[in-house]
Amino acid sequence: MPNPVPPFSLQSLRGKDVSFPSDRESLICFVKEDCPTCREIVPVLAALHSAFADTVDVHIIGQTSDGNRQLDDEFGPPFDLLDDSTLKVSYATQIDIVPTLYWNDANGQPRQTLTGFVRDEWQSLSQELMLATDTGDVKLDWEELPDWRPGCGSLSVDPLIADKLRAKAENSPLRARRIEIASQDDEVEFMFDQGFSDGLPLVPPTPERVVRMLSGTRRDPQEVIAVMPPNMGEVTVEKVAINAVMAGCKPDYMPVVLTVVEAICTDEYNIHGVMATTMGASPVVVVNGPIREQLGMNMKLGALGQGNRANATIGRAVRLAIRNLGGAKPGGTERSTLGNPMKFTMCFAEWEERNPWGPLHVEKGFKESDSVVSVFTMTSGPTLIVDQDSRTGAQLGGSMGLTLEAMFNPRAHMGTNCLLVVVPEHVDTFMRDNYSKADIRARIQEVTARPIRDLAADEISGVGFKPEAISAMDSDALARKLPKFRTEEDIHIVVAGSEAGKFSGAFHGWVTGEVGSIPVSRKIAELD
Amino acid sequence: MTTILDPTDEAVPVARSITARPAELAGAVAFLDISKPRGSVLIDRLQELLTAAHPGIKVNRYAKPTFAKPAPAELRAQILSENDFVVEALAD
Repeated sequence: MPNPVPPFSLQSLRGKDVSFPSDRESLICFVKEDCPTCREIVPVLAALHSAFADTVDVHIIGQTSDGNRQLDDEFGPPFDLLDDSTLKVSYATQIDIVPTLYWNDANGQPRQTLTGFVRDEWQSLSQELMLATDTGDVKLDWEELPDWRPGCGSLSVDPLIADKLRAKAENSPLRARRIEIASQDDEVEFMFDQGFSDGLPLVPPTPERVVRMLSGTRRDPQEVIAVMPPNMGEVTVEKVAINAVMAGCKPDYMPVVLTVVEAICTDEYNIHGVMATTMGASPVVVVNGPIREQLGMNMKLGALGQGNRANATIGRAVRLAIRNLGGAKPGGTERSTLGNPMKFTMCFAEWEERNPWGPLHVEKGFKESDSVVSVFTMTSGPTLIVDQDSRTGAQLGGSMGLTLEAMFNPRAHMGTNCLLVVVPEHVDTFMRDNYSKADIRARIQEVTARPIRDLAADEISGVGFKPEAISAMDSDALARKLPKFRTEEDIHIVVAGSEAGKFSGAFHGWVTGEVGSIPVSRKIAELD
Repeated sequence: MTTILDPTDEAVPVARSITARPAELAGAVAFLDISKPRGSVLIDRLQELLTAAHPGIKVNRYAKPTFAKPAPAELRAQILSENDFVVEALAD
C-alpha cells in the first residue's frame, strides 16, 4: 500500500489554490501527460469527476505544467488539473507508477489505492464509492475500456530527477548529478577518462567532501553566481565547491574561489576571449587583505611558484571550473598555440606589509581591511627582471622599462599591459630615492618611448610600422615617440617575494581594453 | 562503489568510452579462455561459428593460468601484439 497523500496546497491550471485534505472524502489521481495509460483514462477520470465531484473532492494531479496544459487542450476534461511540476507531492507520496488512484476518507487516510489501470478494479472502486456516498451515476461504458493497461514510471522516480528530489526532501544542500563509479574502477582513472582533469590527478568529489567544502562559505549552495562561457553553463556555489574539492582546496578557500569565478565571468574580464585566444592567455589572481593571512597564502619566498596549498589550489579550482563548467578545453574552444603553465594555476598574495606604496586593492579603491581578489589576463610570466647593479630608483625603473620593452616584441608598442611583481630588495632600492609607483610607471614609459621611425618593420624584423604607413608620415610624425604602454594605468604593480634577491618579475599581458580583457578587482563580500 | 558529484554543467551524459569498433572483421582473433570449467566448450563453439562465417580470419587461443586473478601482464601484451580482436569467455 503506498503512503497516504500528504497534506498539500497546489495551484490548478485555472489558477485556483487547492488544498488537501478538506473535511470531505476524496479521489486523487496522479497522472503525467506522456504516459499512454494516463491519456487513455482521461475519459474515465472525467466520468468519475462528473459523477462524484458534488459529494467528494476529486483532484487530478499532473506532473508537468506543459503536460497539464496539453491534456486540458486535447481532452477538455471537466476537472481542473493540479500542478505538481515541482514533484513535491508525488515524491512525498512515494508513488512509483502513474496513474495511481487514491480513494481517501474524510481525514485524508487512504481507503483504497489503485495503480495502473485494471478495469475491474476501477469499476468496483467506483461502485463502492457510489454506495458509500449514496450519490453518483458513473456515465461510462466500462465494456468499451481495455481490460488492463500497465502504468508508467512516475516522474518523481526518474533517475535524472530522483536524486535532486531526495536531496531537497532531506534538506541536503546537494543537487548535482551523482555519478556512481563501479568498485572495479579506479576513481582517479575514471575522472581522467571523463575529461574532468587538467592532466593531474583529482581528489574525488564525494558528497561528503562537497558538503564539507560548502561549510567554508555562507552562500546558498544553489545560488547561481555566474554564467560561464562558452557553454553558458550556470555556475552554482555547489558546482564551484565540487571543482574546489577536485583541485584540493580547503573549505576556507571557498570565498576566494567563488569571488574569482564571479570576477572572471564579468563582461570586462571576458573569460571567453581569454580562453579562446591562440596567444595562450590565462587568469593571474592576486589576493589582498586579511584573508591572505587567514588562509596562510604565500606572498614571500617563492610566492609565484609551487609549495603553498592555498596559492596552488585556489588557482587550480578556478581553472577546473573554467574547464568543467564553462567547457573551455584545449582543442575545443581553448585554442592556445603553445599553452602555458599558468593554465594549471596562478594565484598569489601581495606582501602588503613590505609594500611602502600601499597595496593593490587600496589603489583600486577598496579599504585596507577588505579582502579583495584581482584578476589579470596574462600570456606569459613571471619573466625575470635581473638587476643587481642599479643603485638609484631611476636606474632600476629604467632597467624595468628596458626589460618590459621586449614584451610581445620590442617593436610592439601600445598594445598590452603588464603585472610587475617588485621584490623587497628592489623596493628598497626604489625607496632610497623615495620613488613612488607613479615614478616607476613614468620612468618605464620614458625609457621605452621610441620615435615611430625606430619602430618600423625592416630586414631585421617584419614587426612594426609597415612601409606604407611610414611613407605616409612626415618627419614630425616619424619623430613622434610612442611609449611601450598606451597609458601608465596599464602598468600594474604589486610586491611579493623573499627578502633576498634582486630579481623582480613581470607577467606579460594580452589584449587590453574593451576588445580584450580588463583587469577586475572584486571584494570578497561574504567575509564582512 | 564510490559516488562522486558531477563537476560539469551536466550538459552531456556521463558515459564510459569504449574503443572504436572496426567496420570489418579481418586479421587475427584471440580467444581467451579464463580457465573456468566448461568455458572452453563455449569458446570452441564460438570459434567454430566464427571461422565458418569468416574463413579468412586467423584464430589464436590463449588461456589464463587461473580465472581468479587478472591475466598476467605478459599474456596481455602477447595477446595485444598477436591479434586484432579478442573474445573473452566469461563462465558460470
